[in-house]
Amino acid sequence: MQMNEHEAVQVPALQTPSQTIGPFYGYALPYANGPELVPGYHPRAIRFHGTVTDGAGEPILDALLEIWQADESGALSGELGSIDRDGFTFTGFGRCATTIAGHYTFTTLKPGAAGNAAPYILVTVFARGVTHHLFTRAYFAEDSALHATDAVLSTVPADRRNTLICVSEGVIGGAESYRFDIRVQGENETVFLDFHA
Amino acid sequence: MSQTPVPANRGIRPGTGAASQNEISAEIEAIEADATARVAAGGAPELQPRRDYAPYRSSLLRHPTHELVRVDPEEVERVSPAFGHTDVNVLESDLTIQHPGEPIGERMTVSGRVLDGEGRPVRHQLIEVWQANAGGRYVHKRDQHPAPLDPNFTGVGRAITGDNGEYSFTTIKPGPYPWKNHVNAWRPAHIHFSLFGTAFTQRLITQMYFPGDPLFALDPIYQSIADADARARLVGQYDHSLSVPEFSLGYRWDIVLTGPKSTWMESEDADE
Repeated sequence: MQMNEHEAVQVPALQTPSQTIGPFYGYALPYANGPELVPGYHPRAIRFHGTVTDGAGEPILDALLEIWQADESGALSGELGSIDRDGFTFTGFGRCATTIAGHYTFTTLKPGAAGNAAPYILVTVFARGVTHHLFTRAYFAEDSALHATDAVLSTVPADRRNTLICVSEGVIGGAESYRFDIRVQGENETVFLDFHA
Repeated sequence: MSQTPVPANRGIRPGTGAASQNEISAEIEAIEADATARVAAGGAPELQPRRDYAPYRSSLLRHPTHELVRVDPEEVERVSPAFGHTDVNVLESDLTIQHPGEPIGERMTVSGRVLDGEGRPVRHQLIEVWQANAGGRYVHKRDQHPAPLDPNFTGVGRAITGDNGEYSFTTIKPGPYPWKNHVNAWRPAHIHFSLFGTAFTQRLITQMYFPGDPLFALDPIYQSIADADARARLVGQYDHSLSVPEFSLGYRWDIVLTGPKSTWMESEDADE
């Protein structure tokens, strides 16, 4: 590495480009309990789920989703154990491959507000045909009072903001259920984010 | 990032597989000429693959048509999950010892460092890899390529980077394999890599290739990065100092994640 040049002048050209995840990650990336940030019997477990569809409205059956979120108090976990879960430590990270119906389901806790943002779950989408992963955020309708001042939501054109808000389905099977469908392309296309990092 | 406008190619349906290599190659060359002309006209080089890259047919219905909304990361995006040796056994970095016998193929080590955009090591973070076997076959129910499975090779590994961002995997060299993007489509040999940085914005999934592969020019996934210098960063280098006598050949591949300032610089001139 050309460390000195790096320090003097930032050279963004050195970043390693992305490539598609492809279809064959199945034995590598999904892992037991990856979608279960908390066990389903946790008293405040929520279901966070949806379908991922393409520009023809067809389900994307080989997508991999990752979520990353604050805990109920709005704090980000620094705890190890996202892969080898102990069933009690909330790490805030989850990973789920879509089913042949293009569906994903996470079991998690509703995040609290981190900093000045309204509560949300950061969602990352990988799939065959997606050359560079897509970031989006899933907000919650019941926090609408906080949405007006949320820095990201207020940047998004008003007529597309609804794509970032989960549909509240009420209690299903003993847990609050939130539906967050992801339309990669086409009608009501989900808003994807590019972070000034 | 360089998000290019959506061309009128929506009539092409993925999965039809009807195009010839010559047709795909002509599309690849036209896009590269376009990218080169943009740079010659003072534009920034395209550091990332195009999301809408027609030669790679699966991208046609799987790219957003709206521009991404540029926003500042907040606390959630500025940190990353913590991974460590309690999550990953050190033996998982050796893909050749997961079964009773030795896998067939050219044994090799792939080593390098993971750095952020400022050249700082990314310490103690998770790397995951997966690959085909020496015959170009994945252990996956949707891989129907009639090459043999190797009962001694699954092709999956994990590691946690060291204090200097270093990693090393022991594996066998993957083979190229056919796919259905177009007639007689073959992927150059590659290893898939998944990486985390210190911020979730640095998340990266990519592929490492091997030097001198004759399939580079023909492959629409490799070529989806329209800038020749950028895609060359995906090619590991043979490094004799990493070869182990009587045991394995060594390749070196350093990985640079987007970093706070590198992305900031990119945003400064991303006024397309």
